This record gives sequence, structure tokens and C-alpha cells, in this order.
Amino acid sequence: MSGLLVAPVLVPLATLILCMLLRRNPGVVAALSVAGAALLTLVGLRLVGLAGEGVILAGQMGGWQAPYGISLVIDRLSAAMVAITGVIGLATVVYGLVREGDPAGGRDFHLFVQGLLTGVCGTFITGDVFNLYVWFEVLLIASFALIVLGDGARRLSGTVVYLFLNLLATLLFLLSAGLLYGATGTLNMAELAQLSAAGEIPAGGTVAVVLMLLAFSIKAALFPVFGWLPASYHVAWSPVSALFAGLLTKVGVYALIRIVTLVWPQAGVVHEVLLWVACLTMLVGVLGAAAQTEVRRILSFHIVSQVGYMVLGLALATPLALAGAVFYLIHHIVVKANLFFIGGLAARMAGSERLAAMGGLYARAPWLAILFAIPALSLAGIPPLSGFWAKFVLVKASLDIGAWVAAAVALVTGVFTLLSMSKIWNEAFLKAHPGGAAALREPAGLRPAFAVVAALAAITVLIGLGAGPVMDYANAAAAQLADPSGYIGAVRGAGGQ
Amino acid sequence: MEIVAALTVGALVAIGIWLLLDRNLVRVVLGVVVIGNAINLGVLTAGRFGSRAAAFVAQGEVPLQAANPLPQALVLTAIVIGFALFVFALAVLKRTWETHGTTETDRVTALAEEPAPDLPETPLRPGGPA
Repeated sequence: MSGLLVAPVLVPLATLILCMLLRRNPGVVAALSVAGAALLTLVGLRLVGLAGEGVILAGQMGGWQAPYGISLVIDRLSAAMVAITGVIGLATVVYGLVREGDPAGGRDFHLFVQGLLTGVCGTFITGDVFNLYVWFEVLLIASFALIVLGDGARRLSGTVVYLFLNLLATLLFLLSAGLLYGATGTLNMAELAQLSAAGEIPAGGTVAVVLMLLAFSIKAALFPVFGWLPASYHVAWSPVSALFAGLLTKVGVYALIRIVTLVWPQAGVVHEVLLWVACLTMLVGVLGAAAQTEVRRILSFHIVSQVGYMVLGLALATPLALAGAVFYLIHHIVVKANLFFIGGLAARMAGSERLAAMGGLYARAPWLAILFAIPALSLAGIPPLSGFWAKFVLVKASLDIGAWVAAAVALVTGVFTLLSMSKIWNEAFLKAHPGGAAALREPAGLRPAFAVVAALAAITVLIGLGAGPVMDYANAAAAQLADPSGYIGAVRGAGGQ
Repeated sequence: MEIVAALTVGALVAIGIWLLLDRNLVRVVLGVVVIGNAINLGVLTAGRFGSRAAAFVAQGEVPLQAANPLPQALVLTAIVIGFALFVFALAVLKRTWETHGTTETDRVTALAEEPAPDLPETPLRPGGPA
């Protein structure tokens, strides 16, 4: 049991160390990396199985009792996030097997991906605020190395933007963690929830938590602090930007959900603010996308607008809305990463990712067009794909409590999303290639990449068709979030490891 | 004592932000470092400077007058992490200077907004020139 608790961090970390020791042989490193990511997926699925039965795994590291030791907690939300991280990690390293176009020639990509997975899984399972900061830094330094991988003037410039704004966000987080400790005397999330339930968080502590939410909002790319994301995601190598698009902003969303539900389980002022932020995030993101003319830049703006939906679920704070947010997280990670993967493939075949210089892909590669259509329609919320259920639940939750504006914004954003996706469809797939059909190429050795894209599309369809069980799980996860007593009990009752 | 430390933190953050707003990337890097150190000091201050006694626990004895060891441990961690990030930022800075021949932030960030380059007909081979 205790082994399973630390496995989400240990598996990618061990893979990283092994890869480092054997880095002279790129073939072995790639094989190890794929095996490690597959193992992480299995661990995640096992955790989902355990959490699905209502078990909250918890333990204290170093043998110190809570609140002195560092707690690790895995509830339903954490387990689902670890599983989906494993899936996206596996997809990324398999896509990375297509080494043509790998800017570093297969040397460092796998090391940093495993480092990033370590950090991401760490943030999902920790129950301690300062430990959360440390995991943020782990994933951040790995992401810095990944985004700049392969050099090039444009990529370096994007890295500069990404680097400094993310550094500032983490510094803000560090400051808020310090202030929170100064005000409340604890960094343990469960104890913080206890203090909050007893009304014993002083004004200074509240300020610190709000500062922390600001730091998470930068990470999650919420309005008005999302500027770094569309300015940097499009410069990286395509599997890297797919990995970022799938996981990184969602780490911020996860942290927001975790802290807000623990400290303020009941709707209040913070939820009111988050509601407006969520609506503006959805609108600004989708309108920003309308002005873009490159595949990945359009998709980057859509990350922003989609994050708005998840925060909308958090802001409404009803059990149904929280379940919608959890469902949206799971659906969005798969769909968004897949769209970036397909964007990378389409660019490689068309020779560019500028829409003006693309075209003819539907005639040449209809299966790629179909594989694009599935996540694209899902993103826009067309039934019966996963995005429809995610949006349906959130709109219903908004209407249930009379948040008409939020429901309207969510629907309008869906329409504009469809517009953006049809723009990519028309320009990249339907119209003739400006250079004639001969300008299209079909590079050899892309088979692993196509397998990844097809598998993720299949997951999207499965989540859509089998929405019942997934929604049940999301409902149960939301029930755990809405009532932190189970979380607190698990942490306070857990023995030292 | 706390008030002096708090004022120092405020002054350092002010200097850091002033540096961050500069057009020269070198100063931006320095600004991040100054702010990072200011925040480290802030975390230390938030944990109170009660005592100077080291927090060593002897057998069967509780040191009542000991300084709070937790903020010190937090700041030590943060210093190490901050150092690693500083080194990475310096590496990016050096590469930026070599690639662009400038450290002007406007020109560097404008480059990221340029249209995507066309992909080469024959993709890079593994281990080939980057």
C-alpha cells in the first residue's frame, strides 16, 4: 500500500535516473522511457481502481506524524490526474520515437520528459503546501529544458518569455507559502482545512492564500495573467508543446481546485471573483484564437479558453459543477494534447504550420483529417464526444444556481471554438495546397506518431460513449472535494512511513 | 528586528521590480535574482526571529528558547532551487546574446511572434546538426 502511494513519483524518477546512467545509447533510453511511462500509466490505473472504492491513500514521509511530516495523499481527483498524466506521458514518449525532427537527436528529450512527469505527479499527490512548491520547481526546470530543446532563434525567444513569467509565478507562490506559515503556523493542507473549518485562519493567512491563488492562476493561464502561454507554447518541438498543452496549465488548475476546496468548501467571495475570471478567461481565450493564423497559436489560445471552463466548475462550487470540472480536466487533457500532436503531424506533411501555407491534407490523408475531426469536435462540444458531456454538465450546473451569464458565456465560447476548428479544417485540410499536390509530403517512419494520435482519439470517443462511468467517478471525486472531512481524516489518521 | 527585515524585503522587491522593467535582459535576470532573495528573506521573517539559540533537541529535554528551524529549512531549499534557476537563466541569457546579438527584451520577444518557419523537406537526422 505504501509503495503504491509513492509510486507516481518514484516510477518516473527511477526511469530518469536509469536513462541518465545509460544515456550513451539513445535506443535503450527511448525503450526505458516508454517502459517507465507505461508503468506510470498502470500505477495510475491501479490508483484509480483503489480510489474508486472510496479509499483515500495517505502517508507521512520520513516517519514524522502530520502536521510535522510531509503528507502524501491520493484521493479520487489525485488518482485520476496521475493516471491521465501517465497516459499523456506515454503518448509523448512514443510520439518522440519519431526521431526525425528531434532537435536534440534523441539525446535529452526522454530525460526531461521523465523529469517533468516526476514533478507533475508530485504536485498531484502532495498534501503539503511547501512540498507543492518544490514539485512545481521540479516540473518547471524540466519544462525550461524541454521548451528550449534544439535551440533556434525563435524557440529561444519563446523560452525567454516562458522562463521569466513562470519564475515570477513560482516566486509569488514561495512568498505566499512563507506568509501562510507565518500566519497560521502550518503548511499541511489538511490542517489548513481544519483551521479554516474552525474559523481560525487569521486575516494574514487569508491574504497569503489569495496570493497563492494568484500564483496558481498564472500557472493555469487565467485572465488576465495568461499572456505568457500563447507567447511561448508554439515555439517548442511539437511533442513538447503537446505535453505542455496537456499537463502544465492543468497542474495550476488542479492546485486551484485543491486549495480552494480545502480552505473554502462553501461558496464565498473568492468563488464570486473566480466566476468572473472564468467567464473572461473563456471569452478572451476564444476571441484571441480567432485572430491567429497558425495551427499551434490557435490551439494555444484555446487552452486559455478551456481552462476557463474548469475554473467555472470550481467557482460555481456545487457538487455537480465540481464534478463537471473534474470531468472537464480529464477530457481536456486528452483532447488538447491530441490536437497538438495532430497539428505537428499536419505541419510535417504540409511543410508549414502557417494556415496560409497549408492545405490539401484531406485529399492526401483522409484518415489524418478524421483523426483531427474527432478531438476538434470534442473540444467544441459536439455530441456524443467527451467535450459535449463536459460542457453539458457545466452549463447545467450554471443554470441550476441561476448563473445565466456563465451559462451563456460557456455556450458562446463553444460556438467560437467550433469556428476556430473549422478554420483549421478549411485551411489545412480542405483547401488545395498553395504549392500544388506535389508539395505535400509523406515522411516515412511516422507510424508511432499516428498510433498515438489514433489511441488518444479512441480515448476521446470512449469517454464520450461511456460517459456514465466516468461521470460517476467525477461525481464521487467531487463529493470528496466538497466535503474535506474525509481528506482531513485520512491525513491525520495516517501513520508514518 | 522583524520590522527592519520587512523593510529590507520591501526595498529589495522594489529594486527587483525596477530591474525587471528594464529593456535589457541582463537586468531582468538580475531583477529576478534580487526578488528571489528578497522573498527568501521574507519567508525567514514570516517565521519570526524569536531567539538565536539553535534548535537542537537533547535527550529528554525540550528547548523552549530555540529559534524556529522550519523557515530556515524552507529557505535553504528555496535558495538551492533559486540558484539552479539562476544558472539556467544565465545560460539562456548567454545563448540569447550569441544567437540574437542583442539582449534587448523587445527585440528578443518580437522574434517569438514571427511567423512559423517552413519545415525543411528532409527532416533533421538524429544526431545531425541542430
